[in-house]
Amino acid sequence: MSEPSKPQGRKFQLPEHLKEYKGIWVIVEQERGSVHSVSWELVGEARKLADKLGVEVGAVVLGADSPELNAICGDAFTYGADVVYKVTDPVLADYRTDPYTRVMTDVVNTYKPEIVLLGATTLGRDLAGAIATTLATGLTADCTELDIYMDNRSLAATRPTFGGTLLCTIQTLAYRPQMATVRPRVMSMPDRDDSRSGRVVEVFPNLRETDVITKVLSFIADREQNEAQLAFADIIVAAGKGLGKPENLKLVFDLAKVLGGEVGVTRPLVQAGWTGFDRQVGQTGKTVRPKLYIAAGISGAIQHRVGMEKSDLILAINTDPNAPIFDFAHLGLVGDALTILPALTDAFGKRLSVNRLAG
Amino acid sequence: MHIVVCIKQVPDSAQIRIHPVTNTIMRQGVPAIINPFDLFSLEEALRIKDKVGARVTVLTMGPPMAETSLRKALSLGADDAVLLTDRKFAGSDTLATSYALTSAIKKLSEEEQVDLVFCGKQTVDGDTAQVGPGIATRLGFQQLTYITKIESIDQGAREIVVHRRSEGGVQVLKTALPCMITMLEGTNTIRFGKMDDMFRAARYGLKTWNKDTTGAEETKVGLKGSPTVVSKVFVPKPRAQKATMVEAEAPTAEAQAAAAVEAIFGAQPKLADELLARAAAGL
Ligand SMILES: Cc1cc2nc3c(=O)[nH]c(=O)nc-3n(C[C@H](O)[C@H](O)[C@H](O)COP(=O)(O)OP(=O)(O)OC[C@H]3O[C@@H](n4cnc5c(N)ncnc54)[C@H](O)[C@@H]3O)c2cc1C
Ligand SMILES: Cc1cc2nc3c(=O)[nH]c(=O)nc-3n(C[C@H](O)[C@H](O)[C@H](O)COP(=O)(O)OP(=O)(O)OC[C@H]3O[C@@H](n4cnc5c(N)ncnc54)[C@H](O)[C@@H]3O)c2cc1C
Repeated sequence: MSEPSKPQGRKFQLPEHLKEYKGIWVIVEQERGSVHSVSWELVGEARKLADKLGVEVGAVVLGADSPELNAICGDAFTYGADVVYKVTDPVLADYRTDPYTRVMTDVVNTYKPEIVLLGATTLGRDLAGAIATTLATGLTADCTELDIYMDNRSLAATRPTFGGTLLCTIQTLAYRPQMATVRPRVMSMPDRDDSRSGRVVEVFPNLRETDVITKVLSFIADREQNEAQLAFADIIVAAGKGLGKPENLKLVFDLAKVLGGEVGVTRPLVQAGWTGFDRQVGQTGKTVRPKLYIAAGISGAIQHRVGMEKSDLILAINTDPNAPIFDFAHLGLVGDALTILPALTDAFGKRLSVNRLAG
Repeated sequence: MHIVVCIKQVPDSAQIRIHPVTNTIMRQGVPAIINPFDLFSLEEALRIKDKVGARVTVLTMGPPMAETSLRKALSLGADDAVLLTDRKFAGSDTLATSYALTSAIKKLSEEEQVDLVFCGKQTVDGDTAQVGPGIATRLGFQQLTYITKIESIDQGAREIVVHRRSEGGVQVLKTALPCMITMLEGTNTIRFGKMDDMFRAARYGLKTWNKDTTGAEETKVGLKGSPTVVSKVFVPKPRAQKATMVEAEAPTAEAQAAAAVEAIFGAQPKLADELLARAAAGL
């Protein structure tokens, strides 16, 4: 690990010719007409940073021209963009690294944004790594916090490393653009403002399919709806090793059902084959941000914590009063999850059905 | 067919401890391992070797002690190993790392053309997932990340068909060699080494290259060649307050659960309203 560096010398001063780079961009991730919500989270975040700097927010929307794509451009304004770069070409219909990289490199070089943000998704990470290389600039991965250091107007991007045991703040001082990817659900979703609109800059990159080596033969959509739902659930009941054996997972499923929520788990449960990887919450699983997170039999290891600590309300149930999870949960209950989970299911069930009768 | 597998030696992150006073990582006594994600890629390269025949070269950039990871890879069945090591590489960020590794891959290509480069999905220490795309871009190779399956390789036509995980499903892609692949975790089971490979690995004279061997430019490597600047390293702030403990009048699960429900509804009145409204609507 390198020691914090002192700003001096060549790498730390922005050369004169890069000072014309202005504005904050978000590359909007759309696949098959639907936008990954991290893009709107980032437009909201870019809005805050841009207001600090007094610059514009640009949203870059790439794809084949279609009514869906136009709707996405409109949405970008409602979430906070000032200008939309609408980049259309039939070749961009499906995501492929090579044409997307070529086009984005050109667009960045033409319009010169000072900051470019992408979601830390399979698409965003694939594309960001390629563009940062063609642009020969710095890229900070998987950030959880973005800020502007006003003394030199630079982006300060904070990210976890070593499995979340440490955080570090990384800057790109002498190169432009400054690039970062940000994990989904880390920034909050901005409110829509349907009265907002802005400029559209149309870009026609003029690509030829014959120049693209990689072909998409087919796309197999995820049939399991559950898979995508965890990251967006309002209520999550999560289980750890404290549940003892796979049969006991039923207890969390029962409670989740009463609450209309989803089930999450810690990594050891996935590794032991209790359930699929799509339910894992944490550093190497999903980041979640529910209104209520009930953690049953979970110790609160840092790798789990980084995936769920942004939850509005965390209730931890653990037999060990000294379990680390009580250091950051909001509500704690010392007790046996195997008896408390069914009791909670009953209690919530009663509470909610009483209301139904009364209402 | 010549396949290069990039592996990184990393500290076993499960055993990392933070110095309580200096807030730095205490590496002493922490065992070094091959980055776990790289093993899925190594395994896939070895499977290609088994199936269609290939020479598999493992490449690492790191301190001299990274040799142990290369020997481990040789014992699993890799044919050749290169240790890229030079003090001038220290402090490289991903742009500089991918440049240094690319310089070595180009040199390997002079000996025998490289058709496939495998990288891990990401590492468990730096954890950026940027080095693979950096290498692919610099080499002008097709880039295939998050691959769940290699469906076929046609050596004659120099074509490969893969399954790639995306957010909403799986893309089936067909592309041409050369390309750079990162495998998704859990896609295959890592083999045990054979006895004769283990003996060979122990005796094997690996190649040790430095900046000058590969012709890497000094301004593009190390701290100097890295655009990113680490300005602060710190331990996550603990939450100011510990959890408020739910206390029940009786020590039964029922009483505790009832108290917990009250505490949740009290702390989140809006959530309570939503739940009640949903229940009233019969959802
Ligand atoms: C590189 C790396 C990545 C990782 N990524 C992740 C990740 O993404 N997500 C993740 O979750 N983990 C991850 N981990 C694993 C993580 O370090 C922990 O090992 C894991 O989170 C612990 O899971 P747990 O809390 O279920 O189990 P344990 O730590 O074993 O905790 C079980 C808890 O249950 C309590 N308990 C026991 N019996 C009962 C009972 N009857 N009722 C109530 N409580 C009870 C115990 O007191 C204990 O606190 C990762 C680790 C590494 C090294
Ligand atoms: C606290 C901290 C935070 C950091 N954050 C950033 C950051 O945000 N941006 C940035 O540019 N740099 C960052 N770095 C530097 C980065 O870790 C190094 O550049 C590192 O050498 C490569 O990145 P990685 O470990 O993230 O690899 P990844 O890109 O995650 O690795 C992907 C694959 O590339 C291959 N690979 C990577 N390194 C090597 C190697 N040395 N030898 C052989 N194969 C290799 C492996 O196959 C590996 O699985 C950070 C470093 C530290 C200590």
